[in-house]
Amino acid sequence: MAYILKKGSHRLYEPVLPNIEDWPISKLTEEKKHFLEELISNSGEHVKALLNNDPQLMHEEIARTLYKERIRMKTNPWRVDGDMQPHEKVFWNKVKKSIVENSLQKAKGEHLEQEHEIFYSIIERYANEIMGNFSPKTYMQVSGVITAAFRRLLNPYALPGKAKKNKLRDRVRLTGPLEKIRSLAEQGTVLLVPTHFSNLDSVLIGWSLDALGMPAFLYGAGLNLFDSRVFGYYMNRLGAYKVDRRKKSSLYIETLKMYSRMTLERGCHSLFFPGGTRARSGQLESRLKLGLLGTAIDAQRLLYKRGLVQNMGGAIDKGRKIFVVPLVINYHFVLEASSLIEEHLRRSGKEQYYILKDEFPTMKKLTEFSLKLFNSKSEIILSYGDPMDVFGYKVDEQGTSLDKNGRPVDISSYFITNGEFVKDTQRDTEYTRMLGEHIIKQYYEKNTVLSSHLAAFVAFNMLLLRYKKRLDLYGVLRLGKEDRIIPYQQFAQVMERLREEIRTMSERGEIKLASHMYGDIDRLIKHGMDNLNAYHSKKPLIKTKEGDISTEDMNLLYYYHNRLKGYELEKHI
Amino acid sequence: MKSTSNKTIYGVIGAGSFGTAVANILAENGEVILYARRQVVIDSIQATGENRGQKMNPRVRMTNDLESLCQQCNIIFPVVPSSAFRKMMQSAAPFLKPHHILIHGTKGLNVLPPDGSETLQAGIPVSRMAVRTMSDIILEESVVLRVGCLSGPNLAKEIAQGQPAATVIASRFDEVIKHGQTALKSPRFRVYSSHDITGVELAGVLKNVMAIASGILNGLELGENAKAMLISRGLGEIVKIGKALGAKSQVFFGLAGIGDLIATCSSNLSRNFTVGHRLAKGEDLDHILETMKEVAEGVKTVKLAKSLCLHYGIKAPIVETLFQILYNKQGMAESMQYLMTNDLSVDADFWE
Repeated sequence: MAYILKKGSHRLYEPVLPNIEDWPISKLTEEKKHFLEELISNSGEHVKALLNNDPQLMHEEIARTLYKERIRMKTNPWRVDGDMQPHEKVFWNKVKKSIVENSLQKAKGEHLEQEHEIFYSIIERYANEIMGNFSPKTYMQVSGVITAAFRRLLNPYALPGKAKKNKLRDRVRLTGPLEKIRSLAEQGTVLLVPTHFSNLDSVLIGWSLDALGMPAFLYGAGLNLFDSRVFGYYMNRLGAYKVDRRKKSSLYIETLKMYSRMTLERGCHSLFFPGGTRARSGQLESRLKLGLLGTAIDAQRLLYKRGLVQNMGGAIDKGRKIFVVPLVINYHFVLEASSLIEEHLRRSGKEQYYILKDEFPTMKKLTEFSLKLFNSKSEIILSYGDPMDVFGYKVDEQGTSLDKNGRPVDISSYFITNGEFVKDTQRDTEYTRMLGEHIIKQYYEKNTVLSSHLAAFVAFNMLLLRYKKRLDLYGVLRLGKEDRIIPYQQFAQVMERLREEIRTMSERGEIKLASHMYGDIDRLIKHGMDNLNAYHSKKPLIKTKEGDISTEDMNLLYYYHNRLKGYELEKHI
Repeated sequence: MKSTSNKTIYGVIGAGSFGTAVANILAENGEVILYARRQVVIDSIQATGENRGQKMNPRVRMTNDLESLCQQCNIIFPVVPSSAFRKMMQSAAPFLKPHHILIHGTKGLNVLPPDGSETLQAGIPVSRMAVRTMSDIILEESVVLRVGCLSGPNLAKEIAQGQPAATVIASRFDEVIKHGQTALKSPRFRVYSSHDITGVELAGVLKNVMAIASGILNGLELGENAKAMLISRGLGEIVKIGKALGAKSQVFFGLAGIGDLIATCSSNLSRNFTVGHRLAKGEDLDHILETMKEVAEGVKTVKLAKSLCLHYGIKAPIVETLFQILYNKQGMAESMQYLMTNDLSVDADFWE
């Protein structure tokens, strides 16, 4: 049976590749067995090279991995841990047994081969755990179900077939150079790097990519999300691969990175959240995890190298290109805001022992959130950034990299030194750091200011300024009710001033403004408050009986205010 | 990419005294193409075999064609005055490609005043955002990413005489350092390395402030104690300002920091030193600058250092005193009194 996608009511664009079986991700699943073998062998070789091929260092690395895994199993077990066969306890006991035996035999010098066996069996286990599947059938089903569910939520009173007036695309807005991104998906590999505020991000992104007619993306999902059997079932079939942040051994991390590198090399469009986890504070990411990002540089280098070999040293700008696309997701309110900010404050308050809680929201909570989201007429804006190559140069529709003067740049020669194509890990680490800076720059530029963000930013900063001399941040967060009141007129004046400043910044391309940000300031304040308050039971921003501004929850106000931190806007308060 | 690793052609942009010295050292390890903007300079070098009192190594070829230099050389050393650096980069940018490695030898900074004006007004606070190092300019103006800088106590005249000397190549990239070391290695020239390129660039500029101060001490006929006080306290101020701009403090205790500072404060040949000396002898600054052939970078650096101190809230009495002397015509006696009585009395306070 063929799985052919069509442009439909929810899919805004013609599919880039209509036949799902042509998608790189489908092909990857078809060749899974072969791919896994290659992944295991490459990861093993890579780790061995990192350990200088020294049997003693290898032995120590295996022991270290065992030690870390045993601690993890004891202190932080998840339901999903038991899913793999053999059970992890059985597996690691076996590893322990052979390490002990080997240590006893060490003097005889006979253990080397056996250690290779354990070494590869660990990598094999990791590789099997990481790699997911992709099922065209499930994809077709889910794409239909999600759209139908969204449409229903949008307009619960609409009769079937009459939902056109209130389309999802009006509620979830996609902005940015969408046509260009679609065109690049045909010519190269797209690596989407979104900001991360909520577990809903991936659902939204998945929907938006489908709406754009893009093929499915490979996506690294936290293993904890597979704790939910229903979600796990679907994610496993939708191209998600598993990332377990509890596993810190270099054997695991290198296998994960190798997986990412190899899939990018094969042309699978991918998605990572370069911030690592959801932003606890609500602030835009300003520091990225460079490990996975580095695999994009690695993959690009290898693609060029292959191009170079094929062309026998001729023109080498022939390798398939990787296009990095930052994406900023703008919510008026965030599903997990309360628990995220609490965790952030506990961490930054230097509380020493906290347990990483990262469970997926319950169905009840999700439904409640979605209903409130759609009933409040709240919109979510997904701002797609400008596609760039792995060196941060903007690219044109054909994928050609352009410098700031519009001159084409042959980026393949960044891997060339004094006339020779060379591998240089230190150099590539620097390139990765630079790529991270380019991504962050775009996060700030594509961040779209919503009325709720601005209202929270102004209110919190006005309180902070008022008590600055006497109280630190924690003191301000504990302010009593009567001390949180801001006279409305003052508030409105500052709102006006900041909006003007942000407007000037947006003209310079430093930030973006949502379309509702213009017009009467009183209307804007109401818009912001309505949106902020639509979800939370304790309201982040309220109007008192006297008509002044206050809050029922300082922590939430702080959380939403953080969204505009990092622009030095505070000085205009 | 006509060159290969066994027959490297190095490029040098700028035929000033240090550019010439660098070209001559490079010529010991390969062929060199030296770019001079003005044809008269090229003609004179070709006619006499000498430039700025230095005999040219025959392996140095002259050119005034930037395009051909960029095509023939993978590793290029720009050594032009900081005031002309951006313009030079803009002319070279169309010919520079991603495979190029650039290691500059220019000690200087560009300032982009926050108010958008051409030059920095005296006494206005400015942050790192308004400062461009030469490597910042290379990254801004060209597609070259692999950038390094060459700095240290390198008085061109002594290098030309073949006296032993050492320098630092700083870059975030190991390969830039490695290629720079290979290019410059010589029995009389030792090349050390650092990853802190910002620190090395800042150290090379901020020491100019102390060079003026050293000239003043000399003009006032003060002795070695005063000079030692200047160098050690001056270093402390340089460290504080450098750290505020993102440098690590270690670099200031190496060749590019204390090394360069000692050489600069001991030499009575530099333009900055001369400015200080003549000030101490009672001359007026405007008159001194009018009668000098070349720009004394230090005068601008004092203004910038003061602005940075204002922004970051740094206490730096030597910078402050020089600023008052240069920009507010404060007298020598008053200045010395301030220096000897200000309330900073903790030694080595820059670690805090």
